[in-house]
Amino acid sequence: MAKFTKKKDGDLPAVSTASLPDIVFMLLFFFMTVTTMKDSSLLVENTLPNASEIKKLEKKDRVIYIYVGKPTQEYQKVFGTEPRIQLNDKFARVDEVGTYILAERAKKPQELQNVLTTALKVDKNANMGLIADIKQELRKVNALKVNYTTYEGNAFNNLQ
Amino acid sequence: MPRRKGAPEVNAGSMADIAFLLLIFFLVTTTIETDAGLDRMLPPIEPPEEDVIIKQKNIFTVNINKNGQLLVEDNLMKLEDLREAAIGFLENNADGTCTFCKGKKNPASSDNPSKAIISLKNDRETKYSTYITVQNELVGAYNDLRNREAQRLYGRDFTKMEAEYLNPETPSSVRDDLKDKVKRVQDMFPQKLSEAETSTN
Repeated sequence: MAKFTKKKDGDLPAVSTASLPDIVFMLLFFFMTVTTMKDSSLLVENTLPNASEIKKLEKKDRVIYIYVGKPTQEYQKVFGTEPRIQLNDKFARVDEVGTYILAERAKKPQELQNVLTTALKVDKNANMGLIADIKQELRKVNALKVNYTTYEGNAFNNLQ
Repeated sequence: MPRRKGAPEVNAGSMADIAFLLLIFFLVTTTIETDAGLDRMLPPIEPPEEDVIIKQKNIFTVNINKNGQLLVEDNLMKLEDLREAAIGFLENNADGTCTFCKGKKNPASSDNPSKAIISLKNDRETKYSTYITVQNELVGAYNDLRNREAQRLYGRDFTKMEAEYLNPETPSSVRDDLKDKVKRVQDMFPQKLSEAETSTN
């Protein structure tokens, strides 16, 4: 009887792919949770200097970023070529740094507010005058822990 | 007419494709790299309650001018020689209380490592890259000395021990063990690097 003919023995049973979506979803959720979106696009040139005696900035949620550098090509017409400060997504004056730090600090959870680090991402061609002003502002709001963010490398390459 | 069965089944075969699409999007946008740099503490804005009198010989002054030239203890110096000079100053050991120092015991230089202070001054027009190089050399001088002592006491580099201690993935049993060692080496050569306000002229 045709209805009950057995399958040929040589045929491999098809591997079930029914659980494939589950596996993929698992991976998807992993990456969704570890992803941190880049929250600000750079408006300033930001070639960091090199240093060899560096320490890693371990926890991203404890870091406040300040960018300093010459405005990029498209902003040079409006903002000139002198180094400027960038906070979040816009250019800022020196006296806005303090309020920015306080606002960012207030956004963090209570237990982290005392262990925050300010990462200064400064272009290697900036002058120390601006940095000194920023440091003064940071001292005023008691944000004393700073990190001069650099690339890893030989520090003497900076001088060329 | 025969009654229809329930709603027709939705074909879920393309679910995997959609999930893959999302997965690839998140894969591409993920950044896991961490930043690194020189950690520094700024001095508090309120001056200390009581004035501390520091002998001139315990201060190692480093001045950077706007052209990136160095004036170290009133002498012009090349950047390459700064690390050596700073090490010589830190472990000079004029009063002989530091048992592990290998300095020259020059009476005109620092008394012992816990009293030695490095003071870094810069001009407003100094380039940031020069400043970072000088900072790097001064931190390097401390690290060289600390590494030497950590090698002698524990047979490994101080910088490696500190990095392992600060790494959140290190198990806490290892961390507790490292804590005392790191603290001990740090106290041998306490980092006293003062950043005075910049001069305007």
